[in-house]
Amino acid sequence: MKALKSLVIGAALLGSLASAAAQAQEQFVALPSYRVGPYASGGSGFYGGIIDYFNLVNASGGVNGVKIAWEECETEYNPSRGVECYERLKTSHGGATLVEPLSTGIAYGILDRIPQDKIPMTMLGYGRSDAANGKVFPYVFPLISSYWSQAAAMIKYLGDKNGGVAKLKGKKIVHLYHDSAFGKEPLPVLEALAAQHGFELIKIPVAPPGSEQQAQWLQIRQARPDHVILWGWGVMNSVAIKTAQRNGFPREKILGVWWAGSEEDTVPSGDAAKGYTAMSFNTPGNYPVLDNIRKTVYAGGKGNLQDQSRIGSVYHMRGVTAGILFVEAMRTAQAKFGKGKPVTGEQLRWGLENLNIDAARQKEIGATNMFPTVKTSCEDHEGSGAVKVQQWDGKKWVPITPNWIVGDRALVRKLVEESSNKYAEEKKITPACMK
Amino acid sequence: MFYREAGQFKTSYEADGQILPIRQDRIALIATIALALLVLPTFATPYMLSAILIPFLIFSLAALGLNILTGYAGQLSLGTAAFMAVGAFSAWNFVARVPGIPMLLAFVLGGLCAAAVGIAFGLPSLRIRGFYLAASTLATQFFVVWCLTKITWLTGGSASGVITAQKIEILGYAFDTPERKYVLVLVVVALMALLAKNMVRSNVGRSWMAVRDMDVAAEVIGFRLMRTKLLAFAVSSFYCGVAGALYAFAYLGTVEPEAYNLDLSFRILFMIIIGGVGSILGSFLGAAFIVLLPVFLNILAHSLSLPTSVASNLELMVFGSLIIFFLIVEPHGLARLWQIGKEKLRLWPFPH
Repeated sequence: MKALKSLVIGAALLGSLASAAAQAQEQFVALPSYRVGPYASGGSGFYGGIIDYFNLVNASGGVNGVKIAWEECETEYNPSRGVECYERLKTSHGGATLVEPLSTGIAYGILDRIPQDKIPMTMLGYGRSDAANGKVFPYVFPLISSYWSQAAAMIKYLGDKNGGVAKLKGKKIVHLYHDSAFGKEPLPVLEALAAQHGFELIKIPVAPPGSEQQAQWLQIRQARPDHVILWGWGVMNSVAIKTAQRNGFPREKILGVWWAGSEEDTVPSGDAAKGYTAMSFNTPGNYPVLDNIRKTVYAGGKGNLQDQSRIGSVYHMRGVTAGILFVEAMRTAQAKFGKGKPVTGEQLRWGLENLNIDAARQKEIGATNMFPTVKTSCEDHEGSGAVKVQQWDGKKWVPITPNWIVGDRALVRKLVEESSNKYAEEKKITPACMK
Repeated sequence: MFYREAGQFKTSYEADGQILPIRQDRIALIATIALALLVLPTFATPYMLSAILIPFLIFSLAALGLNILTGYAGQLSLGTAAFMAVGAFSAWNFVARVPGIPMLLAFVLGGLCAAAVGIAFGLPSLRIRGFYLAASTLATQFFVVWCLTKITWLTGGSASGVITAQKIEILGYAFDTPERKYVLVLVVVALMALLAKNMVRSNVGRSWMAVRDMDVAAEVIGFRLMRTKLLAFAVSSFYCGVAGALYAFAYLGTVEPEAYNLDLSFRILFMIIIGGVGSILGSFLGAAFIVLLPVFLNILAHSLSLPTSVASNLELMVFGSLIIFFLIVEPHGLARLWQIGKEKLRLWPFPH
């Protein structure tokens, strides 16, 4: 009996030693996620995608032998809970080296804390747009594309559709937006472009959450606009699509923001959504990397999504994209600071600032053309700014722009400089590149 | 045995009228304050301080504000978050627009602005009461948030309406670490709680309670209803305003209209219902329940390594059932439970 007991204790000790040794070889990522609450459909798909890709990388031996560890903490998309989660996660597993909250509110709440804690934060496709300036925001990465780049690309696309941006003169464009920080973020770009190209911008706010839009669409019908930009989130999107149908407004003329372009927005609208277009920084379709996830992760029972038909859906694919960018940043950082061992938050920051995912690298990952090529630098924490337009054909999203669209980069850059320098002045930061 | 007042005689009116007449209570309170002020900042982890204790204290202060209005003066309000927003945004504007203004003065001015808004929206209380008043204070909630999203001057011309709070600096001393922020919040909250306790014991508090219990009778015996009710609104909004400023400056670090939504008003209302309506201690207990319990349940579910989606829903279920349980066991809140426990201990071992 005694021998058995000591054997058990010995084994437990050995086990804990082994796990401690394994822990030293782990790269820890903090995921303040949300899987309950009003935005659960977006959160579960996005974080499910990240975790699926991490599992795929870990199954094939990790990043040069370094396994990725992560921990989730439920924020319910609530800034106060999110700050608590960040504080909890940042010290667990020996310290977080990356954080992605997927919420503007939470991101703003921890914006001042991350440079102190030396933990880089990514904001994949959401504000704040001026964080693209790495001289002022060394630890913030609005990767792939910010709201401002998206707004500029929207106008470029609408211009091309009319036969060149010059043809936009005298046209009417409605900006129907979620009346919050998120909806108002693109206004500086849209206003500047309206002044430049001479189209009329009609701004119509929708009070959150946006479940009632009768008055707004009446206003739109009276204004007879040529295009409607739908800058919505959550329940607002399907209500907008359905109300547009009831008012007889053609859905082909509505162009949604990328948070208004997922299956969760169109499926509940039924037939009304057919022909609706939306922006995206992912090309819908199937890719080898998704097949790998199905084959390795889900067949092995380690898949994160309960509903396997959601693999490859818009939010899931966005999560996989985020996972790819994180892993590539780890690889880049390891190439400089030593392969085969985890990197610190500061080193990972360097990795994110020196990302270079070109077409060849995308092919190796199995994600050719799934997202635009990303090349970051200190001046440009966005790394791309390119987007696509997709259309709902009644069953699935299909890309309708074969090439990636880039809007007026010079204008966006000018606004980024102005806004970030204002922030630096307020916060008494001297803009400079970090080594 | 440990909690008996045998031998504690009071020989003067001052001794009889002090805040804590029992010696054990005084010792316990001094020990708690000493622990909170001296021990915690050195030994608590930054996570404990910045993610648990600071929000707990700030929400306690907001609950205290609402408790003055609802618990003591009997005026229902659903506009707590709006008053917090007024406090936060006006404090931000004072710091941004008046060069060299002391931070604490900005907090006080923020509170005063909230008090002014409180008086304006307290005017309907002269004609209506109960649920009707609750519905009219709901207007504050919508009006203030609407103002903050529409009038860009209030948010410093920021395109998105989200502004980052300035650094807290008092007399050249920067409150930038979790420990320092915690001490600042603790001192402000402790002083204001002491002030509130004294206020509700004075004739101001008695006039509030008279109005709460029966306003017609109170008017007949000579209380001026208008002054009493509006004073309650002003004091309550002042507390909420300071809490809002602290929430923005010492906790979130950003000021955003969305952070002060109706949901926050409801949460603070639940805090005083669960903690105890009409009790200073109840505000703290209620805030602890609403702020700390979900975090605790979340950590617990995590340590059991449940899948996150299950853990989150389980957390909501347990939290909800605990609220129902507590309110069935003691509808007067946690403060009343605590009071009953204390009374039992004082009689122990000879209950009657």
